[in-house]
Amino acid sequence: MAKFDTGVSRRNLLKGGLALSGALAAPTFFTRHAFGADFLNNPGNAASIKLGFNVPQTGAYADEGADELRAFQLAVKHLNGEGDGGMLNTFSSKALKGNGVLGKKVEYVTGDTQTKSDAARASAKRMIEKDGALMISGGSSSGVAIAVQGLCQDAGIIFMAGLTHSNDTTGKDRRRNGFRHFFNAYQSGAALAPVLKANYGTDRVAYHLTADYTWGWTQEESIKNATEAVGWKTAAAVKTPLGAGDFSQYITPVLNSGADVLVLNHYGKDMVNSLTQAVQFGLRDKKVNGKDFAIVVPLYSRLMAQGAGANVKGIFGSTNWHWSLKDEGSQAFVKSFGAEYGFPPSQAAHTCYVQTLLYADACERAGTFAPCEVVKALEGFEFDGLGNGPTLYRAEDHQCFKKVLVVKGNENPTSQFDLLEVVQEVPREQVTYDPNIPQFAGDLGPCNNGA
Amino acid sequence: MIAPTARNDLILIGAFAAAVLTAPLWLAPIGAGYPDLLQKFAIYGLFAIGFNILFGFTGYLSFGHAAFLGVGSYAAVWSFKLLTMNVLPAVFFAVLVSGLFALAIGFISLRRTGIYFSILTLAFAQMSYNLAYSVLTPITNGETGLQLTTSDPRILDKMAGIDYGAALPTTDLFGTEMTGYPGFYFCAVLMIIGFVIAVRIARSPFGTMLRAIKSNQNRLNYTGINTRPYALAAFVISGMYAGLAGALLACTDPLAGAERMQWTASGEVVLMTILGGAGTLLGPVFGAGVIKYFENIFSAFNHDILMSIFDFLPGWLQGIVVTVSGLFVGEGWHLTLGALFMIIVIFLPGGLMEGVGRIAKLFRKDGGAANSSVSTAPGE
Repeated sequence: MAKFDTGVSRRNLLKGGLALSGALAAPTFFTRHAFGADFLNNPGNAASIKLGFNVPQTGAYADEGADELRAFQLAVKHLNGEGDGGMLNTFSSKALKGNGVLGKKVEYVTGDTQTKSDAARASAKRMIEKDGALMISGGSSSGVAIAVQGLCQDAGIIFMAGLTHSNDTTGKDRRRNGFRHFFNAYQSGAALAPVLKANYGTDRVAYHLTADYTWGWTQEESIKNATEAVGWKTAAAVKTPLGAGDFSQYITPVLNSGADVLVLNHYGKDMVNSLTQAVQFGLRDKKVNGKDFAIVVPLYSRLMAQGAGANVKGIFGSTNWHWSLKDEGSQAFVKSFGAEYGFPPSQAAHTCYVQTLLYADACERAGTFAPCEVVKALEGFEFDGLGNGPTLYRAEDHQCFKKVLVVKGNENPTSQFDLLEVVQEVPREQVTYDPNIPQFAGDLGPCNNGA
Repeated sequence: MIAPTARNDLILIGAFAAAVLTAPLWLAPIGAGYPDLLQKFAIYGLFAIGFNILFGFTGYLSFGHAAFLGVGSYAAVWSFKLLTMNVLPAVFFAVLVSGLFALAIGFISLRRTGIYFSILTLAFAQMSYNLAYSVLTPITNGETGLQLTTSDPRILDKMAGIDYGAALPTTDLFGTEMTGYPGFYFCAVLMIIGFVIAVRIARSPFGTMLRAIKSNQNRLNYTGINTRPYALAAFVISGMYAGLAGALLACTDPLAGAERMQWTASGEVVLMTILGGAGTLLGPVFGAGVIKYFENIFSAFNHDILMSIFDFLPGWLQGIVVTVSGLFVGEGWHLTLGALFMIIVIFLPGGLMEGVGRIAKLFRKDGGAANSSVSTAPGE
């Protein structure tokens, strides 16, 4: 129909080509690397630095994300010398003075991960490319944490993982620029198994329901290994989609499987739904193989316990931290968080707060924001006073080693926050493992300064 | 709108190319002039242009186009893993694989029209998503997503003697890294090519046939014309566009996740096309830009940013304004987008392009006799 060869003369084509190449070249004058910077987003002489807090604000983990954001904001306040200082006062390293980091005021940008790897990476890229963030933290799902950790490694930015419990984050997918303070599925298994053995005996048959993604898989594997080591058998392990909402079709077969323990490898709203439905189906009133039927939730959090209400009573699980801990650091954190927001912090809030402090402290001790120097300052760093007792940031895999809590749903809660009771503080030695056991074998690779 | 003469088309293409290539400059003042978002604009613009060939021109509403985006991404990442880090083979294989995939799905789905067609494509996309999410984990790496590793074979790179050392390799085009601005220009050039092809299709006899299918398929059938091959061709072409967009997503960020195939992603491209103006040439690109802008910029506004924006107000008023507007930004960005979408669908059924057309009409003396975009109001 329309013919293109009318009206395009050689002259016009040349002119157009010239204009095009000019337009192509123009933006290169405005690129970031026009002058040499020794690392990406070097703040130089700027009076402030930016940190990026990338949390799920929508989706299955939105509750955790909101609490993480509160903790980040509190941490920034404390770093800038506002408020009562929180755990800065109890932290064993005294490098931070409450005047920002290396004399620069701390500012922050936020983003929504939507609990999707793509959205999380887009959001993190925005923080790095547009806002000039020096460090990215946050995340409430291991899939997202691993994806963002990979991005930060490639870009040359430090990633301080928030709530991520999969073995892979510091196992198979570990990266030199990424660090995790939170505990992992293997440690949950190592901490829980002896308590389960003491309470339920050695002759049990477990049935697993597992969230179908990296965290669920590694937790299922870890709990299976740990419980089978004390003599339990595993009847079946069934994968459920993330955010399923209705778990009744997965719970019905449990009764006929001959299992007498149900292990729920779920988190967030999934766990609230699956646990509530399991209790409604009357599983806990059943007697199987002559024993009371039991439910175990390996990864617990107060936010989830709140959602599941009375259904959590007497159910065992593990957590990284709980606000009822009596040590100085935890008390200081709970006090300043409570004063700011009116309720106690969750474990997600705790780990994010601590990660921000640890990053700031590492920059202060390294005397620079250059990622490779910060990595060196964090590797093998031994500290105390941040709520979990003496803690080591292991150099081999960038995983923190500290006490792990085994908790039980409180039978007689005294308040709406007093839902979990700490059964045992499992010592650090019991949850320490070799960094290169098969479940964890991975390679940190070299560190990356970007630029 | 303006009459579709060859000369006007050339002006349109020239202006489009110039606008796209200078985007880093004129998007900077509204906070969108950074590489990642620019890449997203170009990639989703391309995706929407392709979708428009099926939905806007032919009138088939597919609710499963994200499946082709995902397939393209996986194909591209596998090309990076197995063959080479050069982006050209990745783009080639992604378009090829998604084209074949579209052929298979289109062959079955196009036996029905209207809502049944939409449901069929939705079902296929959801099937692909679930397959990628769990069943095909060895190929897709499940929820975590397919990523590069240092131990990938990369046969062609090995043969060419390229060694990436201990760090993870980055994608490149004969030595130019496909991140940042070079990545954007690569995507932008492909989008312009995609746009030119779409213009050519719209003006060709084939394009006329597609519009005929949209206006009355029965009548065509009664006159003895077999419409299926035309519809199938449109379906495959738009599937290939989606595959290309998926490949570009992987080129600028070598990771492919199953959530790219989820029904929400399919719905997003429908929104983009309707928001911008289905059936128009430029509309889908605008729509894609608006949605990606909201997703990336509005979602990042937090309490502190709002406080500084409304700093000029007295203290008590500032608090109220910030609290109210806070509902519409940050985690509430979906709300703003939803409201905007409703306003556009109600008042500008032809999308943003109808708005542009109306403004243009105000400035034209003859009152704009030929406003073609009004006739493309979406029915669904």
